[in-house]
Amino acid sequence: MLLTVVIFLPLLAAGVLLAFPRIPSRAAIGVWVAASAVDLALVGWMWWRFESGEGASGVVDGLAYEADVQWIPTVDAGYHVGVDGLSLPLLALTGVLFLACAIYSLREPDRPHTYAALFLFLQTACLGTFASLDLILFFVFFDLSIVGMYFVIAGWGHGNARRSALKFFLYTFIGSLALLVGFIGLFLGSEERTFDMVALAENPPLADSPVAGGLVLLAIGLGLAVKTPLFPFHTWLPDAHTDAPAAGSAVLAGILLKLGTYGFVRIAMPILPDAWQRWAMVAVVVGVISVLWGAFVALAQTDVKRMIAYTSVNHMGYVLLGLGAAGLVASADEEARTVATVGAMYQMVSHGLLTGALFLLSGVLWSRGHTYAFDRWGGLARPAPVFAACFAIAAFGSLGLPGFSGFIAEFQVFTGALQAAPVATVIAVVGILVTAGLFLLALQRLLTGDTVVPSEPDPDKPGEGPGPERTDGGTATTTQPRTATRMKDLRGHELAAIIPLLLLALVLGLLPRALLDVLEPAAMAVVQLVSR
Amino acid sequence: MTGMSGGSERVLALLPELLLLLGAVSGLLLGLWTPQHRQWRVRLLVTAACLASAIAAAAALSEPAERVFEGTWVIDTTTGVVRIVVALGVAVLVWLASASLAGHPRETEAYVLMLLGGLGSIALAASGDLLLLVAGYLLASVPLYALAGFAKDSAGVEATMKYYLMGAFVGVLMLIGVAALVLAAGTTSYLDLAAQLPEASPALLAVGVLGVLAGVAFKAGAVPVHFWVPDVTAGTTPPMAAYLTTIPKIGAVAAAFRLLAEPFADVPLDVPLLVAVIAAASMTLGNLAAFNQTDVLRLLAYSTVSQVGYLFMVVAVAARTDLAVPALAIYLAGYAVTNIGAFAAVAAAPAARTITDWATAVGRHRWLVVSLVVCLLGLVGTPPTAIFIGKLAVFAAAWDGGLAWLVVIAAVNTVASLFYYLRWIAPAFAGVPAAPSMQEGAGSGPRTAAGTAQRTRRGVPTGLLHGAAVMSLLLGLGSGWWLAFALST
Repeated sequence: MLLTVVIFLPLLAAGVLLAFPRIPSRAAIGVWVAASAVDLALVGWMWWRFESGEGASGVVDGLAYEADVQWIPTVDAGYHVGVDGLSLPLLALTGVLFLACAIYSLREPDRPHTYAALFLFLQTACLGTFASLDLILFFVFFDLSIVGMYFVIAGWGHGNARRSALKFFLYTFIGSLALLVGFIGLFLGSEERTFDMVALAENPPLADSPVAGGLVLLAIGLGLAVKTPLFPFHTWLPDAHTDAPAAGSAVLAGILLKLGTYGFVRIAMPILPDAWQRWAMVAVVVGVISVLWGAFVALAQTDVKRMIAYTSVNHMGYVLLGLGAAGLVASADEEARTVATVGAMYQMVSHGLLTGALFLLSGVLWSRGHTYAFDRWGGLARPAPVFAACFAIAAFGSLGLPGFSGFIAEFQVFTGALQAAPVATVIAVVGILVTAGLFLLALQRLLTGDTVVPSEPDPDKPGEGPGPERTDGGTATTTQPRTATRMKDLRGHELAAIIPLLLLALVLGLLPRALLDVLEPAAMAVVQLVSR
Repeated sequence: MTGMSGGSERVLALLPELLLLLGAVSGLLLGLWTPQHRQWRVRLLVTAACLASAIAAAAALSEPAERVFEGTWVIDTTTGVVRIVVALGVAVLVWLASASLAGHPRETEAYVLMLLGGLGSIALAASGDLLLLVAGYLLASVPLYALAGFAKDSAGVEATMKYYLMGAFVGVLMLIGVAALVLAAGTTSYLDLAAQLPEASPALLAVGVLGVLAGVAFKAGAVPVHFWVPDVTAGTTPPMAAYLTTIPKIGAVAAAFRLLAEPFADVPLDVPLLVAVIAAASMTLGNLAAFNQTDVLRLLAYSTVSQVGYLFMVVAVAARTDLAVPALAIYLAGYAVTNIGAFAAVAAAPAARTITDWATAVGRHRWLVVSLVVCLLGLVGTPPTAIFIGKLAVFAAAWDGGLAWLVVIAAVNTVASLFYYLRWIAPAFAGVPAAPSMQEGAGSGPRTAAGTAQRTRRGVPTGLLHGAAVMSLLLGLGSGWWLAFALST
């Protein structure tokens, strides 16, 4: 019941916002912040009360806050939700990141009601996906997250937003349809004809038909790979990110990409253990290619946001490397495979926090100068020291500096994967070097040297981010003083959104046990289920 | 041959159909003695007849399946579902049409024809005999010719001519098919055909199967006899277009389903493969043709062609899997609701013919846009709408029936269909700025696209659009309930 409240509370708030369009704009965002905060508090309460159990526990047992209601009895699909060590961290991440986006958008001037309602709708979709224990329910929320994000990009994006949104929708919709086909395959392959994940994981379907199992895994893997995104299905990602509003990018990278990787851990591995073992090397290879491809292409970008977008491909590659290594049962012991899985899960949370912060920071650049191009910015450390500090912290965290969550994650992925796939792991470490190089390069270009700020103020929207000098709806008509060439430092609400994300990344880097205690039993359960 | 009643036929088994017939006759009589401006009475009467028929059909759902009138009229789950959906659909469409028909000199006639066409659709679905199938085909066709050209304008007349000529041609094909089957098996009853046809001459059988399937495919608007769909849809008024693309299709798909499940189940030809090819062709060609349409009615017309493709997937596996009947039950209901909703969106802005006009016309009514988005994404099959559940069930059934390749084609087509629905959603959602169209139309008088399209028709169509959107969601979320209800025999 509590979990259901957590999932649908944002949707309720969205309904309230749409039903009462007369709520003042600021209050509408206030409702959004409040709803997200309450939701996060409830998730926090769930975490507090959560018993992670002894030994391997999760996926098929040790599910907390379970609810199971029949929905379509003819195909045994139902509203089955629950929380275990795999989903709880991601639920918490969703809560944190959406709250950060709400605070960041406090001064959103453009149709704030619909904007807030869409984000709340998205939050429900994401929470629902993570909590689902039924394939159809998972698919429902998974698909709704695509729909919500489409409208965010199309309605509030900049640049070629409509085109990017369409590309995003079509691409990920192909993925979701492949996923649906795979789910139907699981349903028809299972003995008792069910869509229930727990039942399917307990009694894996298609165990004795390797071809069918492989094809179904191919369909599911394709669907999740588009969402994750893995090379070569990543091409929607840079466009969608570049043209999305900052909060949209943060949610897209921080949460929506995790829907893909989470699907691998929750569905592909436990339900198709046989096929996953057989094809684990493919996952490893695709992961390593994504690591390198993402890193090198990011290095070549001339646009801050595109660069961050490609580092997401790189970071998701580590996740796949870890998960693939977990399937190489023959060449590694259970200990190592568990470490790899834990690392992959840790990376999901860590990437959500750090990349979310990076995208919000790049949104600050856009609001000040309407460009992400590296050559239009420079020496920002002088006029905007707080921005510079935050950007530097996020960048260092993202490149895997010890002390931040990213280090713990990548370290465990490499440790766990080394035994099973030594060559792949060594190649992937190169990715770390390239990422470090590109982040340092970005820092250098943006923060050091002579101060360069986009010179000509945008003709129709001077100094975006409607500051105190702008009243609602009216564009400031006073002559724009040449302050447009001065970079304003982070405002209060921007700080309040970004600092907690960085702090959390730091806490998870220094005190990893808080998260590991929850993750480890579930990861162990996944590994044991895979090695059946 | 269970359920064959003896000499004393249960006339009351046909109560839902009788109520519709009664509504048609008494509506005609009432209309004769009613002044032109009070014809809403007929509308009420017709609606009441439809609702009564639906209730009677719902009450009959829980009874065991039976065949009445010497096996010619089958009453089972499929018939029950079609009865309910058609009766409710006609009731809703009468109100949708009332927005443009109120005060029309031939208002009563329109309502009566709509009822009779609905009756024909049910007859198609319920027929357990080839001759009744032909009769149902005619009853579901002749009133529709009149309805298509009801406005008597040049576009409508052209649409009617195309519809009529094609209908007459395919009708002949169908009669040839029936004749061939009778020659082959010596009987017209489905049950006897099912027993006789496996031993029949393959050539005769092939002619028969092709002819009969051509007839039902024409009514369903499936490829290759779909050419009437876009022309008729675009030539007639939006409410009539909604009627023509919803009511007869439901009956025809159910008829095809019964044909595949009973007489053609064990024939030596691979009829399921033929139907699967028809399904694949319908969804693919419908989608490809819809890509570049800017006219909302033509876009929806091709979308209905592709929807029939998905419906024919379950027809193909009618005899092969237990999942087929539930899939048909949910998809038919979902299709009817969602399709009527999409056409109601067109009817809400009757002057707007193109996508941009429509977006301009609805302007700031964002709830209209929200409902449109729900309906169009519903047609795509986005969860949790009814067609999503329908597609899920249909895909599962088709795969279970050994047509996994068709499922892949259908999935690809679903993605493709998203593209053209988004072409409508995107401008509507973004709210087309009034400025560009104003500039284009500047100087060309008040009858510019933006000028005429600015008017939306409030009231019934918008209400129906919202109702359909809500219903589509409710049917999706309550699909378990609906299936439990529909399959409660």
